[in-house]
Amino acid sequence: MATETTKAESKPVETVTVKVDGVTVEVPKTTPDWQGNPVPTTILQACKQVGKEIPHYCYHPKLPVSGNCRMCLVEIGMPAMGRDRKPILNEDGTPKIQKGVLPYDPSLPRGAIACATPVAPNMEIHTHSDNTKMMREAVLESLLINHPLDCPICDQAGECKLQEYSMEHGQAKSQFAETKVAKPKQVDLGPRIMLDAERCVLCTRCIRFSRDIVNDDALGIVERGSYNSIATFPGSRFENNYTLNTVDICPVGALTSKDFRFQMRVWFMKEAKSICTSCSTGCNIVVGSRENKVYRYEPRDNDAVNACWMCDEGRLNYKWVNREDRLTDCIIRERDGNQRKVEWPTLIKELSERLAKAEPGSVAIIASARASNEELYLIKLLADHFQAITDCIPRQGESDNFLVQADKNPNSNGARVLGVAFSEMGIQIARIDEGIESGKIKTLLSFGENITRVGIDDAMIGKLDLLVVSDILGSHAADKADFVLPGAAHLEKRGSFVNGKGRVQKFQKAIEAPGNARADWEWLRELVIKITGKQPADNLPGLFNEMSASVSAFNGVQWKDLGDLGVDINI
Amino acid sequence: MPEEFRLILKKADEPGYTPDIDCYMSHGGYESLKKALAIQPKEIEDGKTKTPQEQIRDEVMTSGLRGRGGAGFSCGLKWSFVDRRSGKPIYLICNADESEPGTFKDRQIIHKDPHQLVEGMIISAFANDVNLAYIYIRGEFPNGAKLLNKALNEAREKGFLGKNILGSGFDLEIHVHRGAGAYICGEETGLIESLEGKRAYPRIKPPFFPAVLGLYMCPTIVNNVETLCAVRHIIEMGGAEYAKLGTPRNTGTRIVSLSGQVKKPGYYEIEVGKVTLGELIFHENFGGGLREGRSLKAVIPGGSSAKVLKAGEKFNMKRPNKDGEMESVEVDMLDIPYDFDSLMAAGTMSGSSAIIVMDDSVDIVDVLANVSAFYAHESCGQCTPCREGSLWMSKALNRLTSGKGRKEDAEYLTHIATNIQGRTICAFGEASSWPVLSFVKKFKDEFEAKGAAVQPAEGEPNKEGAATAAK
Repeated sequence: MATETTKAESKPVETVTVKVDGVTVEVPKTTPDWQGNPVPTTILQACKQVGKEIPHYCYHPKLPVSGNCRMCLVEIGMPAMGRDRKPILNEDGTPKIQKGVLPYDPSLPRGAIACATPVAPNMEIHTHSDNTKMMREAVLESLLINHPLDCPICDQAGECKLQEYSMEHGQAKSQFAETKVAKPKQVDLGPRIMLDAERCVLCTRCIRFSRDIVNDDALGIVERGSYNSIATFPGSRFENNYTLNTVDICPVGALTSKDFRFQMRVWFMKEAKSICTSCSTGCNIVVGSRENKVYRYEPRDNDAVNACWMCDEGRLNYKWVNREDRLTDCIIRERDGNQRKVEWPTLIKELSERLAKAEPGSVAIIASARASNEELYLIKLLADHFQAITDCIPRQGESDNFLVQADKNPNSNGARVLGVAFSEMGIQIARIDEGIESGKIKTLLSFGENITRVGIDDAMIGKLDLLVVSDILGSHAADKADFVLPGAAHLEKRGSFVNGKGRVQKFQKAIEAPGNARADWEWLRELVIKITGKQPADNLPGLFNEMSASVSAFNGVQWKDLGDLGVDINI
Repeated sequence: MPEEFRLILKKADEPGYTPDIDCYMSHGGYESLKKALAIQPKEIEDGKTKTPQEQIRDEVMTSGLRGRGGAGFSCGLKWSFVDRRSGKPIYLICNADESEPGTFKDRQIIHKDPHQLVEGMIISAFANDVNLAYIYIRGEFPNGAKLLNKALNEAREKGFLGKNILGSGFDLEIHVHRGAGAYICGEETGLIESLEGKRAYPRIKPPFFPAVLGLYMCPTIVNNVETLCAVRHIIEMGGAEYAKLGTPRNTGTRIVSLSGQVKKPGYYEIEVGKVTLGELIFHENFGGGLREGRSLKAVIPGGSSAKVLKAGEKFNMKRPNKDGEMESVEVDMLDIPYDFDSLMAAGTMSGSSAIIVMDDSVDIVDVLANVSAFYAHESCGQCTPCREGSLWMSKALNRLTSGKGRKEDAEYLTHIATNIQGRTICAFGEASSWPVLSFVKKFKDEFEAKGAAVQPAEGEPNKEGAATAAK
């Protein structure tokens, strides 16, 4: 693989020996903190590395440690030290361990918060002792006494850490016999976020995320003690482009997405691993859908791309997939305006017959940098056959210094390495326009783009012998085209993109395409066979591997190598 | 005969004594500072020298001075923890956020003799290579803040503050910062957060020990007003002389705030451990006893967060016998010497040295409800056990005092309090749970009586309790 070189030969990792639940383990002396800097390994990190999960609310691996929820309290023991500052030994030579107890009441444990306490040599960590359980139960009881317990109508239900930990670590009943604290509900924090302060466990993840990750010190705590509530500063709104990440990291149902709330119970949703297509960053996402309807995007962890975050704009950019004006029929249109709805075999047959008549050099292809690598590879095979002039249409927009890139196409680099577009995307468009005007170009294939956007008007279309339009949504060009091929959105097919930094990432199918719409690579392949006589692979992984073998930039990377997180290539 | 020993408040209450610098200086003020700044490097064995700063720190260590704010931690040790190699500035903060209920000692110093504090701070700053110091004064002390600012201006004019103090080459500036009106601002790391302009949320330790990562993530010393004043006297008299005051390991003097149902409430400065709790309450030199016809019921010996002592309680304490050997002796609570270690041995603490006396006219459940209401109101709410538990206890106690108690409420309260202490970010968890644990344990009969008085008939659920539980 391209980037996975052997680093193991560097100097051995310094370790600390600790005992977790009676088992002696060695853990690295340092572990990356939320910014990736090596810091002394904490109990929580050490336990995670040896497969012991310690429950927690406020700790988040990508946020500064806060230590406020106390859910990760564990019983620990430390080697007893003599007056000479040397460990006191047992008769068998092992260090004598002193359990952490309260100095004023040695019958009670003095727990350590696993998230902030570094491991020390010969420390004993008890993740499931009676004392640890007792401390956990008490914290959970405290968190629940003023909680509304409105799980039946809570959007977090099913993915709520209060529910999960109550199940795993809680008690069946509470002793609480007082009235609950009433706090603000349905607080409109910003355009996309709603707060229910009664559900909040005040872990401050949302505050730290906004302050330390997005650099927008928008959230804080008002009131005091049990009445504490998350709030924005008076007169200001929580409205940066990353607010919805707080819904993901909120361990409970306090922060909800206005877009998602009350739409779907999370346990009914099917999840698919995919990539956000709103810009060239290619944030890894999980698509939540039910019965062919997409309900939400959530970021998927990938430290090489988006860590565990994504922007609000990208996250909410899914609704077009279910739009009414989707192209769902294969259409063949005569120049007199008569049109036929046909099935795919008919369309492919008639289209390949028409294309076979095209003179080399008289064909232009405008493809999309939102198409997958595999599709662009097949388009390139067609282009080579016709000696066609090709390009993609650039999309530029705002960028920020976090995740949003100015290039709004998800696969510009894929289009470039496959030779469909060039360093300066769109540079050939003017030549295509000229060719149509001059009559040199008689056939125009438009794959996934609205050509009217680049100045190809009705008059120019009139000069063409053949206009083929494949797209997802309807357009003026589609209304004029001789052949209309309904394409599939990326959520409806498999494929891969190359992001702005040159990482090849794959996306999986989340839902079925509507009507006759079909994954573009399937019918492109059929066209390639009919027109060029070549036989591209009949499955997507095979197609990828074939492409990788023939395009040097991919360096022979195999589909299976991509895994969930992708592979860097040289762009 | 037990009597006051005035060191810090020696001048403050003299007729005609004012908070002005002229008055202070005419009473020997700032002489200790001059003495400190004049200390020369001292040669010690193998050719090494001790800097003047190290010598002052040694004196403070020798004095045995323990923090007067509440924890009673050795001042010399605290100074020794300061990270002096970080290359970052070292800050000194005077904690003048005197907020523990029952405590009114620091305000005497601030209002009557502010220059003593300023002098103590300058010496302490010099000793620790501090060039910028703060006085974090309780928001509810507006006049104290004015007086301190006036004192700082006067000191600046006389050349005791600013650049090149008294030609020594030492620079120091001190700023007064008024607190944000919350008890938690007195917790040293909460105070630091507040001083940085943030909500006074105490920091987690590790990693944020002030001596290493304090104000603006720089090494920081936080000392109480009275502690810093004592430093001035330690320099004046020498650490060894100071250590002769009081008792071994409990040296010097302390100002005790005596309140509650005694004839003469007020502040009394004593040599630590030389006067017993009983003498402070009953002796004519101090509290002068209870009101006529009343008997003692309970004493909170170290501010409202300290565990209560019940009248007649006995403790086993180690005492030297005639031959100087330690032996265990039974001591009545009134005979406990008023010092750090004896009160700790009795399971409580001298805390901020605020004694609250209760006679037999008080309803002990009412008292605890009042104390708990304070802690419920003052919990910052950062960490779960204290945030939820403090109000929970207060609500339960309000229910008890309003005639809706249950037989099981004593245990219920103990359950809640046990789950707070030792599980929180700062010592507020102990502050809110210790009163509950000690009151309920020592006066269990009264709590049970309150609960039993309104018990529903056998088999019938307590409607109030059931109704609220279901909400």
